[in-house]
Amino acid sequence: MRHTISVLVENEFGVLARVAGLFSGRGFNIESLSVAPTLDPSISRMTIVTSGDDRILEQINKQLNKLIDTIKVIDFTDEEHMERELCLVKVTADDGTRAEVLRIADIFRGKVVDVTPKSYTIEVTGAPDKINAIIELLRPMGIKELVRSGPVALGRGPKGWRAGD
Amino acid sequence: MKLTGSKILLECLQREGVDQVFGYPGGTVINIYDDLMDSPVKHILTRHEQAAVHAADGYARATGKVGVAIATSGPGATNTITGIATAYMDSIPMVVITGQVPTPLIGNDAFQEADIIGITRPITKHNFLVRDVKDLATIIKKAFYIARTGRPGPVLVDLPKDVQVATTKFEYPESVELRGYKPTYSGNLRMVEKAAAMILAAKKPVIYVGGGASLTDAHAELKQLAETIQAPVTTTLMGMACFPKRHPLSLGMLGMHGTYYANMAVTNSDLLIALGARFDDRVTGKIATFAPHAKIIHVDIDPTSIKKNVRVDLPIVGDLRDVLTKLLKELGSQTDEVAKLAEKLKPWHEEIAVWRREQPMSYTPSKTIIKPQFVIEKLRELSNDDAIVTTEVGQHQMWAAQFFDFVQPRTFLSSGGLGTMGYGLPSALGAQAAFPKRQVIDISGDGAFQMNSQELATLVQYRLPVKIVILNNNFLGMVRQWQQLFFNKRYSQTCMELPIDFVKLAEAYGATGLRATKPEEVEDVIRKAFATKGPVIMEFKIAREENVLPMVPAGASLNEMVLAS
Repeated sequence: MRHTISVLVENEFGVLARVAGLFSGRGFNIESLSVAPTLDPSISRMTIVTSGDDRILEQINKQLNKLIDTIKVIDFTDEEHMERELCLVKVTADDGTRAEVLRIADIFRGKVVDVTPKSYTIEVTGAPDKINAIIELLRPMGIKELVRSGPVALGRGPKGWRAGD
Repeated sequence: MKLTGSKILLECLQREGVDQVFGYPGGTVINIYDDLMDSPVKHILTRHEQAAVHAADGYARATGKVGVAIATSGPGATNTITGIATAYMDSIPMVVITGQVPTPLIGNDAFQEADIIGITRPITKHNFLVRDVKDLATIIKKAFYIARTGRPGPVLVDLPKDVQVATTKFEYPESVELRGYKPTYSGNLRMVEKAAAMILAAKKPVIYVGGGASLTDAHAELKQLAETIQAPVTTTLMGMACFPKRHPLSLGMLGMHGTYYANMAVTNSDLLIALGARFDDRVTGKIATFAPHAKIIHVDIDPTSIKKNVRVDLPIVGDLRDVLTKLLKELGSQTDEVAKLAEKLKPWHEEIAVWRREQPMSYTPSKTIIKPQFVIEKLRELSNDDAIVTTEVGQHQMWAAQFFDFVQPRTFLSSGGLGTMGYGLPSALGAQAAFPKRQVIDISGDGAFQMNSQELATLVQYRLPVKIVILNNNFLGMVRQWQQLFFNKRYSQTCMELPIDFVKLAEAYGATGLRATKPEEVEDVIRKAFATKGPVIMEFKIAREENVLPMVPAGASLNEMVLAS
């Protein structure tokens, strides 16, 4: 089963290596990982998408918590939350497909961020499923290159997490 | 007053109560070694950095204090790895200081540069690269705090040469606050009450004790619990000395080379009370058939240990001594129920007594050839109760665990988790440095002994009178045993064909060497060794193809043992 976890860590060098090493060393999966500093610059927030059964997920949570640099682990598995991912996709756009590419981008509220006579680069954000969907629709047009940020996630509702809470 | 980084380091060590360190100098720690000459901190120069770390480990296991080792950058640092991994697997509090090339050179493939922080990340509890001398005192404080609290473990501090030379005002922080690190010491009372209820309801309880009992010095509470609830006690290799083997409730060790009756008791129990143990594969055998009828209570300070390998019915996270104290108090409030236990558990003890009678720990004695088990028994008989025994890894280690009756806690130092050959001699060195007056015995085999035999020089130089027992079968015996049992006696690369004259080896280093080749010489050699002032090697030419039994083959169930008779 797929799980999304947020990990708040000390914003110090080597922390990413500790987290990545923990996953590889213990044979846990990482589907995606994104990381950047939070409002408090001494803390970084990682969003990790992983998979495994309940037992593995429990171990992942505990092992992440065990790292000295981990301040908080939030498992979104049983929590109302939203996920958003950014995707930049460079699509072949010749005379026959230019219009169709634009139409697809429009349906997904994508933006054209770079144009050449032979290509469009489209920026689209959304839940991972939405990104998958636009990729599938653009694939027949000819995708030249593609980059996904991996999802970031936040819980729904008024409650927020800050250091010291 | 401003101090250099190297002076600050030594000041910090003193503030942490460190009076003994083990190490090996080199280019990037030369400043530390220079200042060490003016410091009251004592230093023992081992002959290899791995040995320095094992010595710090042995010192820590014997005393309960944090062991400290120092090594230079590059090869010095990489030589510490096996020692650090050994300490990590067995949760031993330790701080390892490594030199590093100057910060401007880091990443440039400088002479004797190695990314020791990257290398040791998965085998340390935590590690630090000090990049500014202003952070040094706080980092050392944090390192000791992390090493000794929670589930203890090794912490490495990598100290670049320019940071050792740089100066700053020295202030040692009173305390440190780590927002991501807050170990749970206090066991949850509601869980403890539930545990008491489960204990009172059980008909076939077994207490299973691991290294956590040693790390928390919980032997007194453990004994009280066992006697209160009249439950039999089995220990892991790491929990070995926490419960006296001669106690009527002792089942000895469980697992791969555990006693028949311990493994049968666990397999048939209806309640397994796991205390500071982590259900290692050498303990459980086949997980699917491990304690199949038992509810499991698991007390551990490390939440990751709980439900990692086995299902757990009642987890209690906390310091073992805290939990046991609370549990005893809770049981103390139910005296009527507790009083009924002795009668209620009678059939269980009778069942166990039958297993004990059927398959006691035994071996076939010989009048003509020295049996290793006989040597261990004689050693026990002729040594003091507070003697500290260390081992290497292999057959001799298991014989020591099976046939040496440990009486006092912190008297059995062995590499349980990592299984490091070459651990015994340097850890004995460390233990002897901590307790110069006590008997310290390294029980060894001819194979493992040669992995760190250079430390004979350290023993002689520092007058550390460690008594070394070499059970010599000219084999890498444990691997040979597996080859005999599971590989059709194809002894691939396990015969140590070159016979070493260990007596001469001892003499070459200025130590005493003794040898026994016949059973009747064994006692005499041991007596002579214990009467000798300095370090002694006792070489025993033992039965070459003696096996460690009982044995649960790897991956088999605990009740599928290969038995001695």
